[in-house]
Amino acid sequence: MESIVILVLLTLLAAVLVAVVRTRSLFAAVVLLSAFSFLMASVMLVLDAVDVAMTEAAVGAGISAVLFLSALHLTKTTEAPPRRSALLPLAVAGITGAALLFGVSDLPPFGIAETPMHRAGPDYIARVPAETGIPNVVTAVLGSYRGFDTLGETVVVFAGALAVLALLKRRGG
Amino acid sequence: MRLDIVLRVAAKLILPLMLVFALYVQFHGDYGPGGGFQAGAIAAGAVILYGLVYGLSAAQRLVPVAAVETMVPLGVLVFAAVGVAGLLLGDNYLDYDKLAHDAVHGQEWGVFLVEAGVFITVFSTMLAIFYAFAGRGIKE
Repeated sequence: MESIVILVLLTLLAAVLVAVVRTRSLFAAVVLLSAFSFLMASVMLVLDAVDVAMTEAAVGAGISAVLFLSALHLTKTTEAPPRRSALLPLAVAGITGAALLFGVSDLPPFGIAETPMHRAGPDYIARVPAETGIPNVVTAVLGSYRGFDTLGETVVVFAGALAVLALLKRRGG
Repeated sequence: MRLDIVLRVAAKLILPLMLVFALYVQFHGDYGPGGGFQAGAIAAGAVILYGLVYGLSAAQRLVPVAAVETMVPLGVLVFAAVGVAGLLLGDNYLDYDKLAHDAVHGQEWGVFLVEAGVFITVFSTMLAIFYAFAGRGIKE
């Protein structure tokens, strides 16, 4: 049952992506990208990654769509016809895609228990209730055991805000 | 005549629910899914929705620009300060065992404060980016 749901969702994702690539209306592209994020959030939900699904739905489908629309408000809403040949971008995209596929081939098979990630999991599940008293293992790992990583992520968010403010904020009216 | 009455009424209905849900995700993160990042994004989404329906200036009266720009570094500082508090109490950086009378309560306090720091920075960053984008379209 789960694999059927995943197959349907992935097919819809592919269909939405083809539509995003083919449309010339940027407004439609933004709405389709938002739909893409909602489908992606559903995929995460089926894979039991509820935290990631919530983030994807709130940030990917909600806030990024609003930011894209704000950017569209400042420009035109239809894509201009390309001025140069698409060969160079095509080559860059092709090489990047090939490199990503090459990288994916090195990942462990999906759902295999032997990977380092899954070897550490039972250890955390055994330790978390006694050591932290926090029932949600994800929160305990992110907040406590991997506190440094989460601090780093917060600094990344902070740096993102700084960069956008430095670029977009008008100085002194 | 304004035609956005449906939007306005729907936004008024949904906004309190969004804010309460953000609080739930923040404070129930120890038990269910969620945490500071998700809660910050949802709360920022609520304010952004308010800004979209009622105008940017209304949103900026609710959460002033100065407050947003103070909160962006404040969250990181809260997070880092929890680590320093651990250091001062004779533990490792970002180790929460000694923040309370026993290790389990210390961990709960540490994670709670750290998630609060994440919430503050994520919430204000989303809003700062929205304000920066939306503010550019307005000619003064």
